[in-house]
Amino acid sequence: MKYLCMVYFDHTLLQTMTPSERARLDADSMAYDKELDARGQLIVAEALQSVKTAKVVQVRSGRMSQTDGPFVETKEQLGGFILVDVQDLNAAIQVAARIPLAKYGSIEVRPVAKVERIPS
Amino acid sequence: MAPPPVAAASDAAVRAALDAVYRQEARRIFATLVRLLGDFDLAEEALHDGFRAALEQWPKSRVPASPRAWLVSAGRFKAIDGIRRRARFDAWDDATDAVQAFADPALAWDERDADAEALEDDRLRLVFTCCHPALAPDAQVALTLREVCGLATEDIANAFLVPAPTIAQRIVRAKARIRETRIPYQVPPVAELSERLDAVLRVVYLVFNEGYAASSGETLTRPDLSAEAIRLGRLLLELLPEPESMGLLALMLLHESRRTARASAAGEMVLLDEQDRSLWNRALIEEGAALVMRALSSRRFGPYTLQAAIAAVHAEAKDAASTDWAQIAGLYEVLLRADPSPVVALNRAVAIAMRDGPAAGLPLIEAILARGDLADYHLAHAARADLCRRLGQTAEARASYERALSLARQAPERQFLERRLAALAP
Repeated sequence: MKYLCMVYFDHTLLQTMTPSERARLDADSMAYDKELDARGQLIVAEALQSVKTAKVVQVRSGRMSQTDGPFVETKEQLGGFILVDVQDLNAAIQVAARIPLAKYGSIEVRPVAKVERIPS
Repeated sequence: MAPPPVAAASDAAVRAALDAVYRQEARRIFATLVRLLGDFDLAEEALHDGFRAALEQWPKSRVPASPRAWLVSAGRFKAIDGIRRRARFDAWDDATDAVQAFADPALAWDERDADAEALEDDRLRLVFTCCHPALAPDAQVALTLREVCGLATEDIANAFLVPAPTIAQRIVRAKARIRETRIPYQVPPVAELSERLDAVLRVVYLVFNEGYAASSGETLTRPDLSAEAIRLGRLLLELLPEPESMGLLALMLLHESRRTARASAAGEMVLLDEQDRSLWNRALIEEGAALVMRALSSRRFGPYTLQAAIAAVHAEAKDAASTDWAQIAGLYEVLLRADPSPVVALNRAVAIAMRDGPAAGLPLIEAILARGDLADYHLAHAARADLCRRLGQTAEARASYERALSLARQAPERQFLERRLAALAP
């Protein structure tokens, strides 16, 4: 079953780390992706660019708007994600707990919804 | 058992062999890995890694002579490797201790550890650990269903009509508690065995009951849970042939034998005395009755065996009128001494009413209700209502049926009570 692990963290925390700490975190994160891949559990994992690069797109009454954002008050922002395929929710929680950034931020684990295809 | 070695197995053949091994052995392998690695989460990953390694390597070489031993070995190797790798990077406090522990020759693993007896011991260790009294009861249930039975978190959640994150949380907390309080991974010593076995039987029966009479919801039963409980009961009997294990399995089989007859085609609840006995599963009854006899002959039986004996007396009656209520009432006397609970007292009162007439049973039920123990138990009020009805005390019957209705949560039971209420003389 598929679960999305959304990695939230406060990027200012990273800025307070020493270069070698940063390097180790990056190495650990990449190594963990490889470990999940070797296990056959990884579907896709990506880090995201800073929230400053984000655009929010909306379509209302046929008109599209595009704004800089999102400007949310929380310190922790979405910084990356890992989509995994594991046996159940507890397995997904275990995977999330071992994500290196889990020690610095928060991982939201959500099951992927099964969309019922209505027969035509 | 193990398939004969082939020169180089085809991918499809290996997959098929691996699937078969998974179905039969996964939980057994897991139990051994928990012992070897000392941690549930590590063991789960090791199990997964072992099967994955098999998927990669067996097509190249062959399906090994002892797949179980191979998978335990491979899983353990990957786990130790993983721990060493993480220890290099992480501030993982227990890493050094863990690695040193595995380096201890006393914990060395070899092929002999894969023999059947050792694996069955590991399964017993697993069952007793999951049902440890230090864990909350609902945690014991969730942990047992996931780790012993191999059910997915979502399936456990669906079965108990509880959100998946709630079950997940229970399991996470239970594993943490096992770690923190250092619950030993062992079969309890003989002195504690009886009491600890009670905890296990309680979990199994709880699962069965949840499947047999869903505590809330539209349908009367959830068969999958009951099947799982019976499977657990059989495993327990195989691993630990104690009389009460026999008694519990017998009880579940005898209840299960009546599943089809318990609900009408329209989903209405059909009481025991109105059930079509031709729908009862005779094979299950025979098996259950035989287990009851074995358990009773041991003279070390307890409440489950007695309840099973009562169920067997019902099962042996060819129709409701032929039911040997004298024997049932007698068994309830013994059961009440072994398990002096209000529900047992209630059932005894009902049996006495059947044996000696409603006038004999009513005062007993009223005494139980007066003590307040079963004030919120809908079946106590339903029982009182039934006896009042049989004695022509219509107003009292109505009052009790209404009280029962206000407490009953299942749709079929509510419908049954409504029908009884409507049938009362005005």
